[in-house]
Amino acid sequence: MATASSARQSQQWVGQPLQRREDSRFLRGTGRYTDDVPHAFALHVAFVRSPIAFGVIRSIEVTRALEIPGVVAVLTSADLGHPSLTGFLDRDEFVTTSMPILAHERVRFVGEPIAIVVATDRYIAEDAVEAVACEIDELTAIVTMDDQVPSQIPIHDAAPDGVLVDLRMFTDDELEGVLAASPLVVDETFRSGRLQAAPMEGRGALAEWIDRDDQLVVTVSTQLPHQVRTGIAQALGLVERQVRVIVPDVGGGFGFKAVLGREEVAVAAAARILGRPVRWAEDRLESLTASFQGREQEYTVRAGFTEDGVLTGLAADIRCNVGAYSAFPFTCGLEPIMAATEFLGVYKVPRYASRSRGIASNKPPSNAYRGVSRPQIVMVMEGLMDRAADRLGIDRVEIRRRNTIRPEDFPYTGPNGITYEPGSYLEALELCAAQVQQLGWWQRREEAAPGFIRGIGIANFSERNAYGTATMGLRRMPMTPGFEVAHLTMDASGDVTLTSGTCSAGQGHETTFAQIVADRLGIAPDRIKLRQGDTDLTSFGWGTFAGRSLVIGGGAAAVAARKLATQLKEVAAYLLSVSADDIELSNGNATVRVSGESMSIDDIAKTVHFRSHLLPAREEYLLESHGSADPSGMFSNGCHAALVEIDAGTGAVCVLDYLVVEDCGVIVNPLVVDGQVRGGIAQGIGSTLYEEAEYSSDGQPLAGSFMSYLVPTAAEMPPIAIHHLETPCYQTETGVKGMGEAGTIGAPAVILSALNDALRSRGAWLEHVPVTPADMQQLLALPIETESS
Amino acid sequence: MKPASFEYHRATTVSEALTFVNELGEDAKFIAGGQSLVPMMNFRLARPTALIDIMHIPKLNSIYRDGDSLIVGALTRHRTLELTTDASVVEGFALLSSAARWIGHTPIRTRGTIGGSLVHADASAEWCMMARLFDAQMTLEGPRGRRTVSSGDWFQGMFSTAADFNELLVEIQFISPRRYGALAEFARRHGDFALAAVAVAFDVVDDRLCNVGIVIGGVEGIPVRASEAETLLEGASLGAVDVEGAARSAAAGVEPMESEPGEAAYRRHLVDTLTRRAIHDALATRVQ
Amino acid sequence: MSESCEITLTVNGVRHQVSVEPRRTLADVLRIDLGLTGTHVGCEHGICGACTVLMDDQPVRACLVFGVQADGSSIRTVEGLAANGELTDLQQAFSRHHALQCGFCTPGFLMLAEGYLAETPAPDRVAVREMVSANLCRCTGYQGIVDAIVDVAEQRFHERPI
Repeated sequence: MATASSARQSQQWVGQPLQRREDSRFLRGTGRYTDDVPHAFALHVAFVRSPIAFGVIRSIEVTRALEIPGVVAVLTSADLGHPSLTGFLDRDEFVTTSMPILAHERVRFVGEPIAIVVATDRYIAEDAVEAVACEIDELTAIVTMDDQVPSQIPIHDAAPDGVLVDLRMFTDDELEGVLAASPLVVDETFRSGRLQAAPMEGRGALAEWIDRDDQLVVTVSTQLPHQVRTGIAQALGLVERQVRVIVPDVGGGFGFKAVLGREEVAVAAAARILGRPVRWAEDRLESLTASFQGREQEYTVRAGFTEDGVLTGLAADIRCNVGAYSAFPFTCGLEPIMAATEFLGVYKVPRYASRSRGIASNKPPSNAYRGVSRPQIVMVMEGLMDRAADRLGIDRVEIRRRNTIRPEDFPYTGPNGITYEPGSYLEALELCAAQVQQLGWWQRREEAAPGFIRGIGIANFSERNAYGTATMGLRRMPMTPGFEVAHLTMDASGDVTLTSGTCSAGQGHETTFAQIVADRLGIAPDRIKLRQGDTDLTSFGWGTFAGRSLVIGGGAAAVAARKLATQLKEVAAYLLSVSADDIELSNGNATVRVSGESMSIDDIAKTVHFRSHLLPAREEYLLESHGSADPSGMFSNGCHAALVEIDAGTGAVCVLDYLVVEDCGVIVNPLVVDGQVRGGIAQGIGSTLYEEAEYSSDGQPLAGSFMSYLVPTAAEMPPIAIHHLETPCYQTETGVKGMGEAGTIGAPAVILSALNDALRSRGAWLEHVPVTPADMQQLLALPIETESS
Repeated sequence: MKPASFEYHRATTVSEALTFVNELGEDAKFIAGGQSLVPMMNFRLARPTALIDIMHIPKLNSIYRDGDSLIVGALTRHRTLELTTDASVVEGFALLSSAARWIGHTPIRTRGTIGGSLVHADASAEWCMMARLFDAQMTLEGPRGRRTVSSGDWFQGMFSTAADFNELLVEIQFISPRRYGALAEFARRHGDFALAAVAVAFDVVDDRLCNVGIVIGGVEGIPVRASEAETLLEGASLGAVDVEGAARSAAAGVEPMESEPGEAAYRRHLVDTLTRRAIHDALATRVQ
Repeated sequence: MSESCEITLTVNGVRHQVSVEPRRTLADVLRIDLGLTGTHVGCEHGICGACTVLMDDQPVRACLVFGVQADGSSIRTVEGLAANGELTDLQQAFSRHHALQCGFCTPGFLMLAEGYLAETPAPDRVAVREMVSANLCRCTGYQGIVDAIVDVAEQRFHERPI
């Protein structure tokens, strides 16, 4: 791959806050999400789901359901031939378990699908669901990671102790001695609550067998078109060619759709078996209680510090409640591996050891949710910094300054084996701290009304993203993601179609990819159309997650565009009788640098297509190119600050003001970047103060609606100011780093830091999220407010 | 999340509605704005066999004054009450308009009705609290004709009222105007049902509080009057209102619901805070 | 399943007669029976507001109204906004302020704001923020949505006929 610096382009379009080309259809209501795709003959699906958390299925009686007019079929696991999905890691520490598409033998969480009802409409399908009688012998549910495993059958026979993965990826024989000798050891346990990504559009699928193409065509709301194809093909015994996955507009992903769910496979199987088109739109109850969740984690950490507040070493015991199954394709190892590997963040930690486990429970399986463990590890690292600062009497910014990887340290290799490319870790911290000062936050902190307490938090962190195959290979997954391939075709009118295996769920790829390509071809971005989300139209790719799309997919597009530019220049050079090196592509023209003589790119395109006899014999006809990218992965970074206020009368927390310094390398479109940052922070604030997928002690979901799963509204959001730094990435042609997760990652840490700042005077200390008003009130054990407000 | 099936009947007069309910029996339900009923039906937590749509009975959508009383037709939308600020209509009941602003969000308020809310009888609902605060009389029409139930008798328990299935709430008469008042609520998110809410209203005569009403919502199964706290404030001179004492008394007097440990203590704490804030805000309305 | 009812709806100025089961929500009538899939269904219990439409000029949750209840009423949906093909000032402001990402919640926010601005010509930012809190967006963090609506409110106020 070419190095970034050598090939960096003049940038007319990259960097512009272009309004998005996707917007028009979304604003007109002509966007097309999975459930909007018209199909006159499709049957509708509802699932019979387990009402209990753990049990043995004795019988499933469907006769009454089949008698309801409009019901076409009720299919159980046996009717589908017992298909399953298996997420797999090639590691001794990993226990392989399978997830049946429909439960048979055992049910393992409330909401687990047991049978699929197919009917002429969803209303009737739900009537039929009520008419299916399941006899299930209930077992004692395992809900928390501290639940004693009772003397009964385990959740999975292969894991009698309930531990699905137990990793000791980093060990250090000297660590205990170093900690023993450290003047200060901060010993804390941090916890984070179970979350649901809650995209506004739930999952959904529409499947139809097309005989002519010998193909099952499955329209799915997903971030991973090709992995969905692989999973469906494997589960149903088809070859990949026999499955075409189409992804229309996706109403939010956030990792929640970086997975193949069993319902999508069941819908595909039903369509195949019945020979009729079948569709399913996940409703909110299903989405909140029976899909994928994440982030229920606990960190027991010991961190050694010198008297000057310099970290000497860190030992971490990480436990993740991964739910009842290992999700496909990324497995229940996702959170534990991420947490252990990237724990140290922007800090220099000389010695490090960790154990990280994924523990099964009778709850829905965990999967990726925006940031995957990074919101937790940043919250823990920043919590340790704050705690050590308090204990040692060091300013909170100063202690971070003393431990942060400095510019002269790059490339820096940590005890986690990761080599960090340059980032603005210290600069971000200093800028953020200076802004807090300049904006008068310290004064505002003292201006709380009687009965209110204010605090300021700071969180400095990095976000690794765009993992390529070299890095992903270390995880030892049988399906190792990383590369992307882009194809470019210029048609006879001079317009360009770009295809990519990435898959937008609202990130604005159609705009940003076009900006990258436009600069290289010298044409306007609106002449470039991105096609994604169709396994028959795009090359194999790995979809959209972990800040990879614009870096890797956009990087591949840049390579392809450079090659297409070369082709255009060669044709122009021939027609203008100059050397290709003398041609410059800009403003829709191929221009000879010296003479200024030019021809339009549209004319070049016409000539190549319609009058190719005018051109010399060529090996390749037409204007087509492809490019690939596979960087190893890079770190963007940022520093957040928040000013919060606690209402001592109610325990409520209000985030008054929020400040972001972020560095994602070269910014392609500032509108999109700021949008990602703000949206991420909203989710981060949600996970810190409002949202939790709570369960009763017998495994019943307590957050089955938006009245109990509290997604923040506009009224809960602070104003967010954003400052940009730009440390270009050296691994791609574009200099771009990923940035979709940073907001979500920084928010829990910074708000907890601010709350602990506010609570310091009360001698209270928080190390869990979400923090509810009731928690806060209990923590303060407040004498009832005496001042008027 | 699709509702179970039901029959639909639209009534355009009260007597038509009553005829329908007599024919259809106990499993039929009146539907007005449906903003509480329809979500429950979509979750299949409510499954009436028939709905009798009363939204098109024009005479039940009205607000008028009868002497001291304010009479509100059962089908008056939350939004209408929110926007009714004409002093000649709402004098002594100005709190109703500001209370309406606490109900859900605009698209709920455009459709939901005061009668629907009172019949649904959520203990934290603003109209249920206002009914208690302003001593509302609920007028029902049913097979035995017309009868009136006082707000003290209306709420029978959580989501349960004195209305029989075949009786239709037609109007609400607020009979005790008070010049000054405020509502303080606490919910996790803006627009959510309150974890606790306190409404306070009083008059001031000769610089002393009188006709003090304090209602606590969302804490017990029904909205309750804090009578000890009311007594404590009754006659207090403006310069020496024992806000602390009233708040403590209100908090001590409730028996909060508890579904998880610590919840009752927390709600009690909220009552204390919100009572204090409501009294302060109500006093502040006098200054304005 | 109970008997279907004939209902008449005027949607974006066009009269439709449809036969629907009483339990069919207005959201499903619009989406399934009339093919107007711009109105999205996000929660079906009245919290998210993705299905917000104007019913007789008032914003309502189309998931909390049965089609039969709406018989005889006039409905405006997102498809009715850019009636002459050109995006309205509100739609343009949403794009300018990057008030949408995945776009799923956008029709609901547009209809909410459209109904609100018709009734409240000069709201301040605090009022807009409170009004916007009626609906959920999971992508944007709301700042762009509030900015767009405030922008349009000001623009319309200054350009109002005097």
